Amino acid sequence: MLRAVLALILSLVLASALPAQEAAPPVDRAATGGAPTLADILARQEAQKVDDSARRQAIGDPANAAPITAPLGTLGGASDPDLWRALRFNEANVTSTARNPAATVLIQDGGMTWLEFRRGPLARYGAWLLGGTLVALALFYLIRGRIRIDGEKTGRRVLRFTSFERFGHWLLAGSFLLLGVTGLITLFGRTVIIPALGKEAFAPLALASKWIHNNVAWAFMLGLAIVILAWTFQNLPNRHDLKWLAVGGGLFSKGVHPPAKKFNAGQKLIFWGVVVLGLSISVSGLSLLFPFEMPLFAKTFGVLNDLGAPGWVGLDPLPTQLTAQEEMQLAQAWHGIVAFVFLAMILAHIYLGSIGMEGAFDAMGSGEVEEQWAREHHSLWLDEVKAREAEAPKAAHPAE
Amino acid sequence: MKAMWIAFAAIAAITLAAGFGLERAGFGTAARSASADVRLD
Repeated sequence: MLRAVLALILSLVLASALPAQEAAPPVDRAATGGAPTLADILARQEAQKVDDSARRQAIGDPANAAPITAPLGTLGGASDPDLWRALRFNEANVTSTARNPAATVLIQDGGMTWLEFRRGPLARYGAWLLGGTLVALALFYLIRGRIRIDGEKTGRRVLRFTSFERFGHWLLAGSFLLLGVTGLITLFGRTVIIPALGKEAFAPLALASKWIHNNVAWAFMLGLAIVILAWTFQNLPNRHDLKWLAVGGGLFSKGVHPPAKKFNAGQKLIFWGVVVLGLSISVSGLSLLFPFEMPLFAKTFGVLNDLGAPGWVGLDPLPTQLTAQEEMQLAQAWHGIVAFVFLAMILAHIYLGSIGMEGAFDAMGSGEVEEQWAREHHSLWLDEVKAREAEAPKAAHPAE
Repeated sequence: MKAMWIAFAAIAAITLAAGFGLERAGFGTAARSASADVRLD
């Protein structure tokens, strides 16, 4: 089900990111015997969807082959153009000495669409998203300043996160940052780094980035698992979240401190964002780590089509016959889209957890926070902690 | 801060183990690719 939802989102994103493919007006091909006309070529150049069914079917027919003794009989009923069309539309019965699932696909023009998406909308909108997030955070800092502890500090410290929780967080955070940086190096290598540093400098950088990206992924997935195990229960929604959201968590006005348990609504949004995006990027990443062995999209598209999901947003049914290469292209595109959204969200999280809020880093640094900070940002949780501390001595000395 | 440094050390250890261990165990990209690409029959 998760994959189905992700694929629907992908189709929406791709539909909005890629130029819309309008259907070309019907073309009379009688004059060319079904072959492409000038109108077809012009329509294709304008990125319109061209009816190529005649070409798909014009792949020759061995049953109609001329006898071997007749003129052209050795062609076997298919001319060279027939053969190329069969290869082009993946209709040829190709056998090869290689067993790789991609080995028998000799022409795959989806690669061009993928390449254009990767170096076009993905890189462009991704850069805008990250840049825009940084600018928004800088503006927020300039306008709001650092969110200080309003009340008088008590000097007392409260344990907020155990060492196990902090270990899981930093395992996830450290690996995420490495994956983010190496992923960006990979994506922007040709357009940004090579022009700036040259190919000789980029080559080892790209090699190291690939090795790090592929192998740090396991630490990321372990960190994600720890975080999910440790914090899911405490991140379930409760009635205080609505109050918190109604006042923007007090982030935009001084002296406003809505009550919250261990995690406030903003942190819960981050948590569930990390879970959904983290799982999604892990699954698509595994599909990329093990090429052709974990195809995700054809089956997912089939499920979506059965649900009628593409029709909800005015799309045609999604393709369920995908070549091995197309599966990888979709996995990479999805991996990149999720990565940019994930990065933008984590930039905001890093800001608030460090320079954006006084006392916040301590929670993940030493694990202990100033009691007044806890009173202002997690008052209900602090009450629970105090209640437990008050209970503890009684529990320790039941006879007294 | 100890938990953070231990986590960073764990990232390095897991990465190295994955990078070299999986490669040795035949799960590396090249090894998988070779086993998948060559038709033995």
